[in-house]
Amino acid sequence: MVNLSVDLCGLKLENPVIPASGCFGYGKEFSQFYDISCLGSFSFKGTTLEPRFGNPTPRIAETPGGMLNAVGLQNPGVRHVIAHELPEMKTYFHKPVIANVSGFSVEEYVETCRLLDAEEQVGILEVNISCPNVHGGGMAFGTRADCAAEVAKAVRAVTKKPVFVKLSPNVTDIVSIAKACEDAGADGLSLINTLLGMRVDLKTKKPVLANGMGGLSGPAVFPVALRMVYQVYRAVKIPLMGMGGVSCARDVIEMMLCGATAVQVGAANLVNPYACKEIVEQLPEEMEKLGIRSLQEIIGGAAA
Amino acid sequence: MQYQIIENTPIAPGVFLLDLAGDTSMVKAPGQFCQIRIPGFYLRRPISLCDWDENGMTLIYKAVGQGTDALSRMEIGGMLDILNGLGNGYDLSNAGAHPLVIGGGAGVPPLYALAKALIAQGAEPIVCLGFNKAEEVFLLDSFEDLDVPVLLATVDGSAGQKGFVTDALPEGYDSFFACGPLPMLQAVYKTCKTAGQLSLEERMACGFGACMGCTIQTRNGPKRVCKDGPVFRKEELTW
Repeated sequence: MVNLSVDLCGLKLENPVIPASGCFGYGKEFSQFYDISCLGSFSFKGTTLEPRFGNPTPRIAETPGGMLNAVGLQNPGVRHVIAHELPEMKTYFHKPVIANVSGFSVEEYVETCRLLDAEEQVGILEVNISCPNVHGGGMAFGTRADCAAEVAKAVRAVTKKPVFVKLSPNVTDIVSIAKACEDAGADGLSLINTLLGMRVDLKTKKPVLANGMGGLSGPAVFPVALRMVYQVYRAVKIPLMGMGGVSCARDVIEMMLCGATAVQVGAANLVNPYACKEIVEQLPEEMEKLGIRSLQEIIGGAAA
Repeated sequence: MQYQIIENTPIAPGVFLLDLAGDTSMVKAPGQFCQIRIPGFYLRRPISLCDWDENGMTLIYKAVGQGTDALSRMEIGGMLDILNGLGNGYDLSNAGAHPLVIGGGAGVPPLYALAKALIAQGAEPIVCLGFNKAEEVFLLDSFEDLDVPVLLATVDGSAGQKGFVTDALPEGYDSFFACGPLPMLQAVYKTCKTAGQLSLEERMACGFGACMGCTIQTRNGPKRVCKDGPVFRKEELTW
């Protein structure tokens, strides 16, 4: 018998497979395809303090080996999430979930996290710092170590739950930002968010996305994600959730060997709603083939 | 779910009829769509069902890009991975005795199953179809075989009445059901005064309500075209 369980900041996960925020909604649509209780956990749709409609359409473009999205953090706001989505989630998922939080000012992150801190169902707060800082000239929080650390520190102060900072890959040195977050008190790191990209429609000769640019995800970004998880693992002591283009059980194992304690699956859910279920089912067989007895034991194996 | 290609043939320039054998038990209403995985392409392609029975379904699609172009070259006997029975489809419950069925171009196919369903519940639909020109007309014979009035309009007048489909709409109908390009739908929205339903199109990723890629603003707040639609009631739209 192989052992799939991992310990993520004291949270005992049955397996390390976690659907990524923005690719799983609140889990409801997927629960109509399969019993999602087979998942380690899931990170629900990015939540802001106030409701957001998001960007105009088209929000989606295809790329070789992946896709671009510019959804623009559409969500009903944290109060609606707490009043409606979390209670509904409880009817089809009984494990702790990961609350993904976005904000456009430090105060907004703090207030949203403070409200979610009171929710028993939330096991981890995952703080997305890829949003522009409206008080800081619109630069994303995640592109500067001091801004990233400021968010991490402020959020850490208002919650008892583990805080994972979700890092942007659109930076010159992800390691320095990771270290700054660790020093500011982050309990863990999630990486990577999407890579900024674009496509042009050759018929209209204009960008495909109404927003012009969008976030690249899917198998195309997997090697970049692996590389960044590997670099960050070697530089910090806090646990990592690795993500970016993961599509199968072998990718999960590769990501864990680079240093991820848990592995998030994003775009794959959108092209195959059964992707995470299939990964969970494939893992034991792949582990046996590779002579792996316990997933916990392989974390960082390639980065030693 | 796997489906076998029974037929994949052009029926008008760039327009293909795809007959598939496989499970259709999840299809509940005309106007629903499926998401086809095309080998070599990351995202599935959403295509509405033209017709279905217990053994399989017929799709009619326009080759508009590399994905649908590749689909049009797939051979008989090949298998396709498809998510089926997606979206809400048309609600036929308040169609009345004489519903108008209005289609334009690549939006015509789902109206065939709709017209059949309306007839099956005792209604007498009036079908109005619009195309650019005579050579682009398809499915006309199939609609005429249903034994209901079929009005045809082409923009250049090379078949049927000259002009847009909205120029060819008759008087005296109880409701309308529309599918077609956005300018046509907006013209229908302004022209038709009865209750009605319009099927919208958006670029989408998942097709089952998870990614929020296809959200539109409605009078009832943000709605996902793939899951809350693609069919919307006239009064929900903000045009």
